Amino acid sequence: MTAPILRIENISKRYGKKDVLKGASLDVKKGDLKILIGPSGAGKSTLLQCINFLVKPDEGRIWLDEQEVHYANKRDLYAYRQKVGMIFQDFNLFDHLTALENVRIGMVRVKGMGKAEAGERAVLELERVGLKEHMQKYPAQLSGGQKQRVSIARALAMDPRVMLLDEPTSALDPELIGEVHAVIRDLGNNGMTMIMATHQIGFASSLASEILFMEDGRILERGTPDKIFNHAENARTQEFCSKITELYGERG
Amino acid sequence: MRHRVPLFHTFLKAIERMPESLIAIMDALPYLLQGSIVTLIVVVGAMGLGFALGAPLAVGQVYGHPVLRRFIAVYVWFFRGIPLLVFLFLFYFGLCTALDINLSAFTVAIIVLGLISSAYQSQIFRGSILSLPEGQLKAARALGMSDFKAISFIILPQALRLSIPGWSNEYSILLKDSAVTYALGVAEIMARSHFVATRTYQHLPLYFAAGVIFLVLTWAGTKGLRLLEERARIPGYSPHGL
Repeated sequence: MTAPILRIENISKRYGKKDVLKGASLDVKKGDLKILIGPSGAGKSTLLQCINFLVKPDEGRIWLDEQEVHYANKRDLYAYRQKVGMIFQDFNLFDHLTALENVRIGMVRVKGMGKAEAGERAVLELERVGLKEHMQKYPAQLSGGQKQRVSIARALAMDPRVMLLDEPTSALDPELIGEVHAVIRDLGNNGMTMIMATHQIGFASSLASEILFMEDGRILERGTPDKIFNHAENARTQEFCSKITELYGERG
Repeated sequence: MRHRVPLFHTFLKAIERMPESLIAIMDALPYLLQGSIVTLIVVVGAMGLGFALGAPLAVGQVYGHPVLRRFIAVYVWFFRGIPLLVFLFLFYFGLCTALDINLSAFTVAIIVLGLISSAYQSQIFRGSILSLPEGQLKAARALGMSDFKAISFIILPQALRLSIPGWSNEYSILLKDSAVTYALGVAEIMARSHFVATRTYQHLPLYFAAGVIFLVLTWAGTKGLRLLEERARIPGYSPHGL
């Protein structure tokens, strides 16, 4: 049995008196695509942000490639974050930089690559997400789907070991969702390891290696798409899945 | 109807004195324009000092340790709370004498105006930083940037663009405040027009000329900053549809 690439153990987070995460644990193997589903406020986004310490967990430990991450050590933290790509619901492209500069800046300022070399790589990554001809445009000149594809290229340029996707298509018009899904599907086919929160269960069930149903800060149930969507053991999982299926149509 | 006659009479006398007034202005103009160079150096120097101190103060007040934030809040309160003239006297006649520091009035003017401006500018920058979406910093951190890099390469380039309209305000305020430094004997526009006016008794034309020079400098500066704003504008990024 191969060791997990990313191991998350017992992550908890409290905001004041509210427990947002109550001990979430998860092992991710190379090439896995883990999908987090669950109602708003279940803790999906907090869990993803705890994984790269954008939100500092109150408890819990994380290992990447069997090395424990000591996030209090800044150098360790910055090195770790380079290896964990993050895609946000609202893209968060750097508004003052062109698409090309957005993809390049991490390589130049974090990895210390030369501008020319980083630029070449950035063009390759933009080509991969189908945006080479838009590389000189600023975020404000791009559609939502294009912005999200630039943000994926920006993350890929750092050569991440794992990608975290926090509802990458939730802010998109229905007709733009497909182009982003195509890029993510392509990543999955190329063996990228990913954890993704989404409500797009059609897409999720066709691609996921495992679905995790979260509610109230806990991972209530986990299993293959077939198990979760068709044979869930937990009553809440069943209820949620049937509601979301009604809302988002087919199961892919 | 009766009072119209003396009024008209006064008006006529003023017209009669016009050539005299014009000559007074023309005579004093080179001297006043030299003063406007002094004024501009004081203003630009103070803006520069205010920027150099104000930008880090803003960053510290937004992202700093609570103790640092408290300290900066007190700094801002201090420099915004005391009248300029009091500061100038306090610094020049008070501190410099007490500590036996030999600084020219010109240097003191730049330092004092710069310190006060840093307090105001820090709040301009702070407002701009706070208006940026939180996600910008998150995305920078997610790439592995330290907070220092994220602030230098992501936050400040955007915040400074948003600060240009506020700067134009700060420039026109500094320009007018710089006239107060005449009280220390800095040879700027106000000091020079006062000097010539009291010597020639041509008060009206000389202060009028001083006012016009200030108006022109205000116009030129705000125009320049407007051009900078245009040049620094991010294509497609117009939150108000302009």
